[in-house]
Amino acid sequence: MIALPKPLQELFQPPPTPGVLGVFAFLDATLEAIKKLRAAGHADFTVYSPIPRHEIEAALGQAVSPVRAFTLIGGIAGCAIGAWLTLWMSYDWPIVVGGKPVGSIPPYVIIMFEMTILFGALSTILGILLNALFAARRVGTIQYDARFSNDRFGIFVPAGSDTAAKIESLLRESGAEEVRRG
Amino acid sequence: MAEHSPPSRVTYDYVTRTIARTLGAPSRGYFLLLGAAVALLAIGIVTLLYLLRYGLGLAGYSHPVYWAVFITCFVFWVGIAHSGTLISAILFLFRSGWRTAVYRTAEAMTVFAVMTAGLFPLIHIGRQWYFYWLIPYPNERGLWPNFKSPLIWDEFAIGTYFTVSTVFLIMGLIPDIAAVRDLATGWRKKLYAITSLGWTGANEQWRHYTRGYLYLAALATPLVLSVHSVVSWDFAMAIVPGWHATLFAPYFVAGAIYSGVAMVITLLVPIRKLFQLEEIITLHHFENLAKLCLLTGSIVSFSYMTENFVAWFSGNSAERAAFWYRAFGPYWWAGWTMNICNGLLPWLLWSKKVRTNVTALFVISIFVNIGMWFERYVIIVVSLAGEPYATWANAVYNPTWADWGIMAGSFGWFFMWFLLFVKNFPAVSISEVKEVLVPPRRKASKAHV
Repeated sequence: MIALPKPLQELFQPPPTPGVLGVFAFLDATLEAIKKLRAAGHADFTVYSPIPRHEIEAALGQAVSPVRAFTLIGGIAGCAIGAWLTLWMSYDWPIVVGGKPVGSIPPYVIIMFEMTILFGALSTILGILLNALFAARRVGTIQYDARFSNDRFGIFVPAGSDTAAKIESLLRESGAEEVRRG
Repeated sequence: MAEHSPPSRVTYDYVTRTIARTLGAPSRGYFLLLGAAVALLAIGIVTLLYLLRYGLGLAGYSHPVYWAVFITCFVFWVGIAHSGTLISAILFLFRSGWRTAVYRTAEAMTVFAVMTAGLFPLIHIGRQWYFYWLIPYPNERGLWPNFKSPLIWDEFAIGTYFTVSTVFLIMGLIPDIAAVRDLATGWRKKLYAITSLGWTGANEQWRHYTRGYLYLAALATPLVLSVHSVVSWDFAMAIVPGWHATLFAPYFVAGAIYSGVAMVITLLVPIRKLFQLEEIITLHHFENLAKLCLLTGSIVSFSYMTENFVAWFSGNSAERAAFWYRAFGPYWWAGWTMNICNGLLPWLLWSKKVRTNVTALFVISIFVNIGMWFERYVIIVVSLAGEPYATWANAVYNPTWADWGIMAGSFGWFFMWFLLFVKNFPAVSISEVKEVLVPPRRKASKAHV
């Protein structure tokens, strides 16, 4: 772990949340555990996977990411900025060339188009970063295993000492190859 | 996809370890290549210093050819950049599974090619210390901000393309950097810990990431088509015969993707060999790249024919003269190099034997690169030199050592960045290659993804 300055540490590295971590070798075992956890009323657990799998998304019943709103707003803003930039600057320094209007929309559409893409893309990135950051803040510092980026799936369930034993057995029954408390 | 499933020993773990191995200690061959790239770059830098000291007169400019090798190289490198986004964004939207093994290389190539292309307008202006005159906004220094000029469209298009393709590359890299972070030790562990931005593969991360990636691809797709269209308008908006054609935008886009795919093949063949990635980048991938080459190459050949046909059929004497000059004027060799390398050679790719022969593909891809460079040379230099309105001042333009020096430098610059990239970051996507494998299940299932 990298040592961050104090204000950043509070933001990015909150104190660890107690809970149970299950390591799974198989996708279907992971899905089974997700279904059992949801049936038992858990909603705040985290699923790790080396690749995005639509089965996991479906099992979790996640809502569509709000990133799309960022893309849309960024794109519209970019288009508007492109129009404003070209028209304002043209009328700010008006020179008539070839009898054409000072503010000619057709060539400015190209600038508006490029700005739509630029702002749309940058705000998409911003949307991903902010949403992922908020999610991380909500979950806090939780256990992770280096194998999750390679070939293992994982489920972390936040739990106090009273419920931990029950969750441990639930994960084992579903086929976790390793369960640990932290 | 099913019939091309990789062998069962290609598991998630195999993929991670094989690709992470490419980041191991560099071999002598790697250092030789890097040394060659740096030497070429040094030639370019020395040439640039001479140009700065003695002026652009050292290059071969002669009236009326004031757009020459530097602009040719600019268009060449922008063109190279195009297949990266084609493979990473357009094929992503088409759900082509085979792109996963090659797209990272193509995307990195895109970013470095745009970086290379961006140098040329600056070199071409001669007095680099006045480069900010290119940005007279809103109307600084009493300059007129002319948004009706294709050159300013180009600035916006290339600027946007560089930004978007860079963030697209970085986005794709994050889960892979996390994967190598978890295997690395020492200073690399620290580097990857910072650059992976705390990626863990948690469901909340994937949820926003996959959505965002989809939208980025959807934005990059029209962008890639627009960029080379805008580059083509740098020419097509002028009245020079040979430039002033409505065909130019699709013709340039197809040519750009054609040269880009050829460059991807040129880069992948040695990388695959050097890093022993035969199990991951298979003949199936090369064959698909070759098919892309064949498709875009055919569009390019068709455009050549259309151009010549329209020049004849229009009855426009200036247009006819320009195309006659291309084929039989003093630059006949450039015109025929372009026709043979781009128009005829790719016909070999109709044969499956050629498409699945890596050596043959490598050789063809190099000829396509040469042909596409000459295409831009023909369009730019030969059209200007043969301009019928300037017969009183026609001169046969010849590039000088300064032109070649800068061009050599650009290749060095490009390959240097590329080689540094493949040794420090995963040159093949780890997470996306895994996505096309059958996921591990308790009950071995025959169902494919």
